[in-house]
Amino acid sequence: MAEAPALLEVHDVSKSFGAVAAVQGVSFPLYPGEAHALVGENGAGKSTIVKMLAGVHRPDTGTLRVNGTDVQFHGPADAKAAGIAVIYQEPTLFPDLSVAENIAMGNPPLTRLRQIDRKAMNANAARLFTRLGVQIDPTRPARGLSIADQQLVEIAKALSSEARILIMDEPTAALSGVEVERLFAVARALRDEGAAIMFISHRFEEITALCQRVTIMRDGRHVATEAVAEMTVDDMIRRMVGRDLSALFPKQDVDPGPVVLEVDGLSRDGVFSDISFAVRAGEIVALAGLVGSGRSEVMQAVFGVDRYDSGGVRFHGRRLSAGSPRAAMAAGMALVPEDRRQQGLIMELSVERNVTLPRARQLSRLGLLIGSAERDEAARWTQRLQTKLGRLSDQVGTLSGGNQQKVVLAKWLATTPTLLILDEPTRGIDVGTKAEVHRLMSSLAADGMAIVMVSSELPEVLGMADRIVVLREGRVAAEISRADATEEAVMYAAMGQVHS
Amino acid sequence: MTVAPSRSTPTDAPLGTPARGRRSALGVLLKTRELGIVLALALLVGYTAVNHPRFLSGQSIRDILLNTAILAVMASGQAVVVITRNIDLSVGSVLGLSAFTVATVMSDHHGLPMIVALALGLAIGAVCGLLNGVLVRYGRVPALVVTLGTLYAYQGFTYSWAGGRQVNADTLPPHFLNFAGGSILGVPWLVLIALIVVGGVSLVMRNYRVGRELYAMGSSPQAAELAGIRVARNTLGAFLLSGALAGLAGVLFAARFGTVDASAGTGYELNVVAAVVVGGVAVFGGSGSVWGAGLGALLLTVIGSALAVLDINQFWQQAIVGALILLAIGADRIVAVRIARGLRKRDSHV
Repeated sequence: MAEAPALLEVHDVSKSFGAVAAVQGVSFPLYPGEAHALVGENGAGKSTIVKMLAGVHRPDTGTLRVNGTDVQFHGPADAKAAGIAVIYQEPTLFPDLSVAENIAMGNPPLTRLRQIDRKAMNANAARLFTRLGVQIDPTRPARGLSIADQQLVEIAKALSSEARILIMDEPTAALSGVEVERLFAVARALRDEGAAIMFISHRFEEITALCQRVTIMRDGRHVATEAVAEMTVDDMIRRMVGRDLSALFPKQDVDPGPVVLEVDGLSRDGVFSDISFAVRAGEIVALAGLVGSGRSEVMQAVFGVDRYDSGGVRFHGRRLSAGSPRAAMAAGMALVPEDRRQQGLIMELSVERNVTLPRARQLSRLGLLIGSAERDEAARWTQRLQTKLGRLSDQVGTLSGGNQQKVVLAKWLATTPTLLILDEPTRGIDVGTKAEVHRLMSSLAADGMAIVMVSSELPEVLGMADRIVVLREGRVAAEISRADATEEAVMYAAMGQVHS
Repeated sequence: MTVAPSRSTPTDAPLGTPARGRRSALGVLLKTRELGIVLALALLVGYTAVNHPRFLSGQSIRDILLNTAILAVMASGQAVVVITRNIDLSVGSVLGLSAFTVATVMSDHHGLPMIVALALGLAIGAVCGLLNGVLVRYGRVPALVVTLGTLYAYQGFTYSWAGGRQVNADTLPPHFLNFAGGSILGVPWLVLIALIVVGGVSLVMRNYRVGRELYAMGSSPQAAELAGIRVARNTLGAFLLSGALAGLAGVLFAARFGTVDASAGTGYELNVVAAVVVGGVAVFGGSGSVWGAGLGALLLTVIGSALAVLDINQFWQQAIVGALILLAIGADRIVAVRIARGLRKRDSHV
């Protein structure tokens, strides 16, 4: 593998945005026939590397070499011409155009009259899909394709442009297990045909399953490039964060206080039925279960975002009116939603505006928002959460994923809730930030806050929760205390098996 | 994987298997937009003709087609701009500027052939359109704002130049005025030009690379940049085309009506945008067709004529046009909502 000349070489590359050095002196080679993982915390500079290889950004210093010759990309078209194809986390298809057109965009087959040869274009797409072993109708519009299918179309696009270097930026973040397997089968086949694949992911099991070598980045610098086989996951994590993460789930034991939330026989036709559980002050209760078991739906009904048909919610002993998030917030509830991009943050607004949004009324005088009051409040919470940001007036969209999640948390913590509902609090964020979020949850609980956490990550559930309510097909399958909680116990309950 | 029985599990379905029923219904809805317009046209013409047979007389049809021609020429250019997720509100003012300039030049130089008049109108419009495109692309200002500004700027220029002056038909050379009435093989020149423009632009948008790139730009601007499409060149091209066709429409306007003052074309932009939207071009770009926009122009013109023939108050004409626009946008919305719902169902499993 290492004897062949490198297909791509990143050589001593640096890139700054304003005063922030995103990438500093990073070098690594990419060989034909290898899948190469690029890992690092959010904000370590991975995305900047990707964008430089894609021709979106140009390095300030250092060079990129393709097949041993220096290249300068003036735009994405140049990178494409050099044989580099990038598959972004969020696919970049044209929803209104047909799948075949999406694949052919940039270099469509033409007839003698220079018209687009639709027949050849569709045949070409069909041929690529056959080669990838998938069934997608080339003539259908790209709109409505699942994320997994969109990524396969992106790969077909890369194949059609004869790309030899395939860069995949967190392609599996939104895929199910079956879909990940399908994607990996395709990636392995390409790799074995001599393409070079750069794979960016936060999931270590995927890295070990697909990649031969791994490059680790931290704070914009290159830490190591080594064979995956010679590293343990712990090694990788330690190098990514530069510290040990022995206390990954540091829930402190707390004497639970009075009951804060009582959910009694909550039902909604066809979604969940007869859900009952209670949460006390200082407790972290996890709602576990398989995807589709109704976890998020239950909590959204409790918070009043969704309706419920029967049953009731008591909060601090008082009945909470249904279907009113406003009433829930006024009573001291906060819900941090799962999809921070769409539900949690307004990407175009500044950090401070986002943080103070739910409290705009309290912070205003005579109906006018006072800038300084907003800033003080935002500064206090972002500091407590150790959010890395330039200025409070920056747009939230410019922050990394982990820091965005902290801003969402800050936003709701600023309302000083007595019950905090967290839906997948650490999805898509890196291990370092994850540990910080866990530490924060623990300290909030120690201060007497009641926390309900919806999570798909079993280790997180087992580590953080005082009690685990397992849902299955919209019903409570089991309630397991911390002492009895094991991975098996939760999984058996979630899958409806009897623990033998 | 166990999932509540009331939900489907698309994640477990084989990849790429489309949900046939919903999607095909959707496809029909999308594809038949032009069919819907033809149907509406047929109904309207049929009803009017039954009640007033003279509605289908040669003269009546000729008038409708002549009136449609100018609108259809401008709608073709506008459709291209809207497909790229932009809008050009300045077309009415460009028409006015072109019409007044060409009429003035022709009345001063009777010897100039018609082709020069057409070229002059196209050139004036192209310059105006190019300026719009430059401001939109390099000024990074939304097209709505830019072209609203140039709407007033171009109009103001025409007014300050023309003052209260008016070019009358009797000062224009006869070959210029005859152009509007003239025909070849029974087809009026104006209609022929409109057909060539609508057909030509449709063909380019449908079958040529640059056309598909324009659709792509409107469908997803970010993806267009990442795909290496020459977005700047194409944006300028779209606005240039819209301006040039508005300039051409100005020449046709001057030739058809003969009397031109600075107010020519005022308010036309709204008719043009209405024709495009009713014709099925999505205001968010990426979909619709140029010939659909041409049909939209025809439909709006027929509505105007039919209501006049049926002796219905002019007020109703505007109300009906308004309702049609809402209907067209409503249809887009319904499609979008259904797609979003379909996607959400899928995403809730991952």
